[in-house]
Amino acid sequence: MRKLINWRPAKGALAALGCAPFVLVLIAYMVASQARLEVNPNDKMLPAFASFSAAITRVAIEPDRRTGERLLWVDTAASLRRLGLAIAISAVIGLTLGMALGALPIAGASLSPLVAGVSLIPPLAILPILFIVVGLGELSKVVLICIGITPVITRDIEQRVREIPRELIVKAQTLGASTWQIMLRVVLPQALPRLVSALRLGLCSAWLFLIAAEAIAAESGLGYRIFLVRRYLAMDVILPYVLWITAVAYLTDYVLGWISRRAFRWHFLGQLQ
Amino acid sequence: MCSVGFRGARFAGTSWGNYSSVAFLELTNVWQEYPDQVVLERLNLMLEAGEFCVVVGASGCGKSTFLRLLLGEERPSRGRVILDGKPLRDEPDAARGVVFQRYSVFPHLTALANVLVALEFKQAPLTARLFGRTRYAATKRAQAMLEAVGLGAAAARYPCELSGGMQQRLALAQALIAEPRVLLLDEPFGALDPGSRADMHVLVRDLWRRHGLTVVMVTHDLKEGFSLGTRLLVFDKVRHDPQAPNAYGSRVTYDLKLRTNPLTPMTHANRAAALRLASIVPGHAAPG
Ligand SMILES: Nc1ncnc2c1ncn2[C@@H]1O[C@H](COP(=O)(O)OP(=O)(O)O)[C@@H](O)[C@H]1O
Ligand SMILES: [Mg+2]
Repeated sequence: MRKLINWRPAKGALAALGCAPFVLVLIAYMVASQARLEVNPNDKMLPAFASFSAAITRVAIEPDRRTGERLLWVDTAASLRRLGLAIAISAVIGLTLGMALGALPIAGASLSPLVAGVSLIPPLAILPILFIVVGLGELSKVVLICIGITPVITRDIEQRVREIPRELIVKAQTLGASTWQIMLRVVLPQALPRLVSALRLGLCSAWLFLIAAEAIAAESGLGYRIFLVRRYLAMDVILPYVLWITAVAYLTDYVLGWISRRAFRWHFLGQLQ
Repeated sequence: MCSVGFRGARFAGTSWGNYSSVAFLELTNVWQEYPDQVVLERLNLMLEAGEFCVVVGASGCGKSTFLRLLLGEERPSRGRVILDGKPLRDEPDAARGVVFQRYSVFPHLTALANVLVALEFKQAPLTARLFGRTRYAATKRAQAMLEAVGLGAAAARYPCELSGGMQQRLALAQALIAEPRVLLLDEPFGALDPGSRADMHVLVRDLWRRHGLTVVMVTHDLKEGFSLGTRLLVFDKVRHDPQAPNAYGSRVTYDLKLRTNPLTPMTHANRAAALRLASIVPGHAAPG
């Protein structure tokens, strides 16, 4: 008998082993849903698959009776616009600030403690302040996400820049580079792969802040919708929305990963060693 | 009168032994002290232009510290360093090229871009990038430099796709295209296998001659020092305090002129000195 630690699945069994849990969860759901609906046909907790497809048709394919819009797409567009804007702003600020803090001792000494402090503030705790200061509009949601993820990105970039071997910075200087040129040609390219991975991690919390902000004050958005239909216990809408949000989040992550592998081939080559 | 004649001989470049009046690099009473230890003490040294000076010594005796002083990365705690008649700038600049044992090339640039970037730093202060015709000209120069170190075929590869020896060749090409006044090498071949090390010796010797370089090379391999240098400096502590091992720093204990041209074999007298030295400096085989 071999030790458990040496048991490896065969090549062919790999895919099957990966799919099995999903299939099991699905079967468990179907069984439970059927059991509840037999007791009470109006039960809303675990809708049957037929209800799902009806709900999906209602929100994604047919125009809404009141507004004439296809809700799922309007919500998706609204949420992605907020998310994209916030991510772009956070990336630019985080990258610039992180590079300055990591590469310039003066900037690091004077601003690192501040950034570290700010990153400890729970962003949701200052949501009321945001609503008071910038109002309930689009801006408050974008600002919330920015406040939530910029400090993390900044510190991550700062850390990465500090890891650049001193030798490389000295070498650049012996090739005649100025501070600005070193930032541009040595520090920036080495920070970029880390920026992408920081964004991928940041997206998780960005979605959290987005949905929280939309739940409280919005007219559209994926988070707004699921909290709206919650009042009617509309699980047939909420569950597809949740799956859709998961799929969108996964896709964003995948695209970022793909871009990063293509754009920073040197980085991934180096990691192999 | 005697001293005039002595100087005349120096200018003709035929001299051995002591110092020339055309010091290129001059250290006067240089000390390097850290709060907890003295690393270098009372260094007095003059280097001529075109010398290939090898520094050897036990590990931790301050060889890298010495090179960091010359590089301007550190300021001496006492004394002064003059390069070409002017006080040494106390930050690294294009006057001094360097190759370290590791991390000497930019991992995010291909071999060609690694060399090209030196020209871009020089010619494009704002963007650090060249475009169009200037880029074409610079690329040709960079490619020629790559060929000179035997990396012509590897131009498109990233450093992590190159062997250790090839990375050091690249680092040399990169340093040389910036045309430094003096080239500083800190155990540049320390991490290489004996075969590539021998190849690198041939290359460095060749580059030294063709570019008329002034080189200061640190190594812990005495044999390497003997086979490459025109001059050999040995760093060692002359004073010891068993109670406080860090109280005293290293000095230059031997200063040997080996040859005027690294291709010529060592003179009889120097070979004898070398053998004596090899028996004194612990852990070293006699030079071949
Ligand atoms: N910045 C520093 N602060 C304190 N001690 C240092 C510093 N840099 C080097 N040293 C000490 O100086 C000594 C010589 O180091 P180094 O020049 O690297 O030796 P070598 O290159 O000859 O092996 C070591 O004992 C090291 O600990
Ligand atoms: Mg060293």
